[in-house]
Amino acid sequence: MSHGAGGKASRRLVEGLFAPLLLSGASDRLSDAAHIEIGGATVAFTTDSFVVRPLCFPGGSIGELAVNGTVNDLAVSGAKAHSMVVTFVLEEGLASAVLEREVRAMSETLKRAGLTMVGGDTKVVERGKADGMYITTAGIGTPIPGVHVDARTVRPGDKVILSGPIGDHGITILLARAELDLEADLSSDTRSVLPMIEAMAAEAAPGIRWMRDPTRGGLATSLNELARDCGLSVELNEEEIPIRDAVRGACEILGLDPLHIANEGQFVTIVAPEFADIALNAIQLTDGGEEARIIGEIRKEPANTVVVNTRYGGRRIVDMLVGDPLPRIC
Amino acid sequence: MCLAIPGKIVEIAEGQNEVGVVEVTGVRRKVQLGLLSEDMPVKGDWVLIHVGFAMSKISEWDAAEQMRLLALLGEVDQAMEEVRGYGGEETRSETSGVSQAWPRLNH
Amino acid sequence: MRYVDEFRDPGLITKASEEIGRLVDPARHYRIMEVCGGHTHAIYRFGLKDILPQNLELIHGPGCPVCVLPMGRIDDGLTIAREPNRIFAAFGDMMRVPGAKGSPLEHKARGVDVRIVYSPADALEIARKNPDKEVMFFAIGFETTAPSTALTLMSAKKQGIQNFSVFCNHVTIVPAIRAILDSPDMRLDGFIGPGHVSTVIGCRPYEWIAKSEGKPVVTSGFEPLDLLQSIVMLLKQLNAREAKVENQYKRVVPWEGNRAALNAMAEVFELRPYFEWRGLGFISQSALRIRDTYSAWDAERRYSVPETRVADPKSAQCGEVLKGVLKPAQCKLFGKECTPEHPIGALMVSSEGSCAAYYNYEHRKSLVTTISAVA
Repeated sequence: MSHGAGGKASRRLVEGLFAPLLLSGASDRLSDAAHIEIGGATVAFTTDSFVVRPLCFPGGSIGELAVNGTVNDLAVSGAKAHSMVVTFVLEEGLASAVLEREVRAMSETLKRAGLTMVGGDTKVVERGKADGMYITTAGIGTPIPGVHVDARTVRPGDKVILSGPIGDHGITILLARAELDLEADLSSDTRSVLPMIEAMAAEAAPGIRWMRDPTRGGLATSLNELARDCGLSVELNEEEIPIRDAVRGACEILGLDPLHIANEGQFVTIVAPEFADIALNAIQLTDGGEEARIIGEIRKEPANTVVVNTRYGGRRIVDMLVGDPLPRIC
Repeated sequence: MCLAIPGKIVEIAEGQNEVGVVEVTGVRRKVQLGLLSEDMPVKGDWVLIHVGFAMSKISEWDAAEQMRLLALLGEVDQAMEEVRGYGGEETRSETSGVSQAWPRLNH
Repeated sequence: MRYVDEFRDPGLITKASEEIGRLVDPARHYRIMEVCGGHTHAIYRFGLKDILPQNLELIHGPGCPVCVLPMGRIDDGLTIAREPNRIFAAFGDMMRVPGAKGSPLEHKARGVDVRIVYSPADALEIARKNPDKEVMFFAIGFETTAPSTALTLMSAKKQGIQNFSVFCNHVTIVPAIRAILDSPDMRLDGFIGPGHVSTVIGCRPYEWIAKSEGKPVVTSGFEPLDLLQSIVMLLKQLNAREAKVENQYKRVVPWEGNRAALNAMAEVFELRPYFEWRGLGFISQSALRIRDTYSAWDAERRYSVPETRVADPKSAQCGEVLKGVLKPAQCKLFGKECTPEHPIGALMVSSEGSCAAYYNYEHRKSLVTTISAVA
């Protein structure tokens, strides 16, 4: 189970089993989407699956996650989503109203995100499986002109830019499960990050080194993956990282670290220093990008590590998530 | 051990005065008040919460006093240096009932 | 966040750390133990070691209730949970602690109904909502948590909820501190005293440390300023050759403790003659069990408990790390066989276990400078 939470175990599964047997040539590196050549054109191609309980929560539902998630995977690989296909795995006995709501939600989200659904499949499995509904998607898109993302191009001195507050989605889901009896005015941040990325690319494309959408495992996991892929250090300044009060409060109560909580509407990017301010400005001027911040910098040492500077001269190392984030009382 | 957080009582349950709702920067949670039965909190009080139970009332006075002491750190030493410079003497003082000898100045 | 952010004020933190710099005697090496796992966690989380002088060493104490729980107790609890129609409820902290047949989360993956609760009251609520199941709450914690378990049992009795029981592993802090001080390998100058345990037991129970052992104790809050102010207070005592108990955490800790909480504990619990602590061995009068008047809700009496005793793997040095004799990185298994992903001992699982704290926050920094500073 811990293999699905997005942290170390997931990575080992992918790197240790899937990659050696399944990946080839064009994709010797693991990234959110692959850019491949077909008949002279470069096309970006991605797949993702969506498993969430409850299916519906403040700010969205599984259908919206599926569309936005696919768009975002393509966007952070430097591509604009063009179309997608979807498979529904439905639990026997799922209320048709629930399915209809999801399909409607997906339809609206597709319109908002500017892509089309061009095919799909459905399977029904027996009661007790599929938590109501699982959704798998595949998306295809075209490269955003001028954007080439590759962890190997990241250099010391590059800046780390985050698009907005972290932790909203994961905490919303935790609260929506109602097992911990907490209430807050929070909703999932699920949305397409493509507009912000396109705006940034229009001004600063040559400076964009790497991008990622920090979903399961949170910002810490994404940045740890980067640190290992580029062999450098990612240094963050704690007070620059935007976090909503309610997320902070819930994390304090439960003993969770916001850096490990999933996000569904944010992206983190590494930008060359001479382009950083322009890139940040472009994101901030986009609708929904107002809270973007430069949160840190790439350094040479300590290699393969993410370090956080606390507000008063202290430093701590942040690792990838191990298993699911668990509340603690001690 | 013991993750405990300050929260503000925003509701006391009608009829069961040993249950309330506490709020921590916009997050609300039911809280058991039975451990404070000798000095029941009221709406607006701040309490320390651990595993869904209020453990203690937070004394605003003591918190402010602590901040005051912290703000004074270093300033007392500097004041002492000045007084020394004029040929003054060391003084003792009582603060909130805990007597403290001024630290020996090593330099 | 009120009563939190003020105690994280960067300007005051700088002031406090400068004061500490002024107070330390450069010719002296200070060894101060923070008893409480929550303090260990806070020290690492806020990077406080970076702003303390090199000759002031913080030693991590045994105040981590997950860390000191012998593996056999988890096995016993899970044995009860494996029967049909049982629900095993525990705090998140317990979920990954390895038993001989796997952790609670691993049991969940195999089909046992394991639930994470934030409060013992939530576990009672699960019992109320599931009358056809038997809910067992696996209780851990020092005196901070025991009163809440006590009130929950009183509630269960009052409401006549029969399908609820508690597997009680509550322990008391003073015997653990005594065991540390009795340990021949220990040399300590003073203690950062437990913060939240003290809201229940007050500050009096630590007076013998000052009077008989001649070591200062300052009960401390958990924010950076609390810890730094406590260190200032300890240094002032040490410099003046004083040894007394002081209360830095006045805003929540009453000197006399919380009588309602102590009464609740006395109503429901009594001291076990002895209890096994991981790493510290058997300690007398150090743990709580449920009284006869509440025996119907005592899992150890309701169910047959195998009383498994599981020895720690010989190569694991949990005991020495727990006592502060070894630094986590000095354990042979640290970072190799024993990591947060594959924990051998509870000190690596619990977020306030010193091994986990060290691994998560520090181990990639240079070890050499840390260890040589001790010599």
